[in-house]
Amino acid sequence: MADLAQPATRAAALGRKEQGGMLGISRGSRYTAHAILILGLLIVAFPIYYTFVASTHSLQTILRPPLPLLPGGRFWENYTTALFGGIGRIGGVDVSTLLFNTTVVALAIAIGKIIISILSAFAIVFFRFPLRMFFFWVIFVTLMLPVEVRILPTYKVMVDLGLIDTYTGLTLPLMASATATLLFRQFFLTIPGELVEAARVDGAGPWRFFKDILLPLSKTNIAALFVILFIYGWTQYLWPLLVTNRNDMNTIVIALRKMISFADADTQWHLVMVTCVLAILPPILVVVLMQRWFVKGLVETEK
Amino acid sequence: MATVELKDVRKVYAGRVEAVKGVSISIPDGAMCVLVGPSGCGKSTLLRMIAGLEEITEGTVSIGGEVVNTRGPAERDIAMVFQNYALYPHMKVYDNMAYGLRNRGMDKAEIDRRVREAAATLGLADFLERKPRELSGGQRQRVAMGRAIVRNPKAFLFDEPLSNLDAKLRGQMRIEIKNLQKSLGVTSVYVTHDQVEAMTLADTLVVMNQGRAEQIDTPLAVYERPASIFVAGFIGSPAMNLLPAKGTENGLALAAGGTVNPKETSLPAAGRDVLLGIRPEHMTLVSDATAADLELKVTAVETLGADTLAHGYPLSSNDRSEPLIARLPGSVRVKDGDVLPLAVQPGMAHIFDAATGLRI
Repeated sequence: MADLAQPATRAAALGRKEQGGMLGISRGSRYTAHAILILGLLIVAFPIYYTFVASTHSLQTILRPPLPLLPGGRFWENYTTALFGGIGRIGGVDVSTLLFNTTVVALAIAIGKIIISILSAFAIVFFRFPLRMFFFWVIFVTLMLPVEVRILPTYKVMVDLGLIDTYTGLTLPLMASATATLLFRQFFLTIPGELVEAARVDGAGPWRFFKDILLPLSKTNIAALFVILFIYGWTQYLWPLLVTNRNDMNTIVIALRKMISFADADTQWHLVMVTCVLAILPPILVVVLMQRWFVKGLVETEK
Repeated sequence: MATVELKDVRKVYAGRVEAVKGVSISIPDGAMCVLVGPSGCGKSTLLRMIAGLEEITEGTVSIGGEVVNTRGPAERDIAMVFQNYALYPHMKVYDNMAYGLRNRGMDKAEIDRRVREAAATLGLADFLERKPRELSGGQRQRVAMGRAIVRNPKAFLFDEPLSNLDAKLRGQMRIEIKNLQKSLGVTSVYVTHDQVEAMTLADTLVVMNQGRAEQIDTPLAVYERPASIFVAGFIGSPAMNLLPAKGTENGLALAAGGTVNPKETSLPAAGRDVLLGIRPEHMTLVSDATAADLELKVTAVETLGADTLAHGYPLSSNDRSEPLIARLPGSVRVKDGDVLPLAVQPGMAHIFDAATGLRI
């Protein structure tokens, strides 16, 4: 999605410079530049467009190539079937349930990660306690262990705790984040000591300092992290695959995979395409909405 | 309003580095005490110990007669102005000033009254809705002072508050701070490395060096009777000339050669090694060498308009590296290579023991 937005803004920026005449780019090279940008845009955007087109045709049309280049007339029908009708291959669960599950998982992972990492960074940067550096390095070392390395022990723990097929089981093991902790730590280190001391003189205890000063100052970081972590949570594959058995606890990515059959020819491609379109919509929405918000934050930030 | 008392205050970092080696200062109610010294002399550490931002290793700090060693900064009823303003960047000027009061659970109407009153005093009334980044350096400094004023604390603590401002603004703010402090009558401790600030602001001037208070006195007394070589060299610009000498029967025999017999000065015992201190502004040009105490061979001239600074070395000196500076009226025309016969103004010579560095 970011790829989609970028060429457009770059083209706009180019156009602006052009009006100023600063760079003195000739008309010809401007057209060439635009042509290349538009070509790039088409290459990136076309598959997504084609997915959308496919989601508005009947299964028969899709199975009889070539697929038309324009949307068909079954938009309403396909989307209502997928969202509320239940899909046979995934146990009659409908896509709205999947969307709900995935939203819960992505939000829980993003928010959970942010809360945990901002608090641990707060502790590591602003408090002096025994073994502070030891804990910092422990967190740091986990960076070097990807989820896959610890996936079997984690699975065993989840089974023992009876957390299979629960939202807790889906999200909790993915919440601890060394990356986000480090990011917040680096940011907190740039906050001048005088500001901390001024707050102390002003009678702000640790929590008040955190709430009144640290959080507002971190909002751009939080927004940026939220976007990244939401998409991270949304696209999780391996862990949800392991930890969910029931079809109604699947995330949309897992369900999508289950909807496509390799052995049989009964894959309902029109519904698969609908699910695809629905699966990419929320992340796009988050990026578009949050981007505005954190660009505003970036512009406002003093440096 | 309160007195601030420091009794044998020491600070030892990590069990080794001794930043403050036992300082006792007594600041009367409503007075402005300025701590001045070179960087690393412990003046900021001392201030931070008064503020409660730094633990006190030994000794006691009392504010308003109560020992506050174990209290946190917020419980000491002090307000601090920081070098880099330390304003909360995401809060409006109003909220910056109100924050400390809100944390104390003060009534909203009272907060509003105090903030507006302080803003009016400081000429910030039109800026209350702005964020700190939309203000100039001087305005930010005013907000930082406003934050201190609204609290109506027992003491103000200033940590080099003007060092980030340009020279002109610094001069202006210096006077503002002085007037404000006088009119509010709040006991203040002010840390600076700028001797002009120190001289102009202080009721009590504390010259610090290597963790010790070298001299505690009024600014003029510090200037007129510096207690040690360090103070003599630190206060006054250009710095006091310090010439190694030995006491003899009929005056001071300079190591550079020649004998000086300054008027109205009690001479040290014969044979004692001393340093003769003469401020550049306390030497007068005389008509001929017989009336002169010293002769200055000029190597460089700084013409400042009102004054002329003649840099050089004593004519009798074999070692040309021994500097001697005289501040002469601007009307005197001096050029390189001149030999100036100079007399020390009566009573303006300072004699320090060469071994201990202390005033005799």
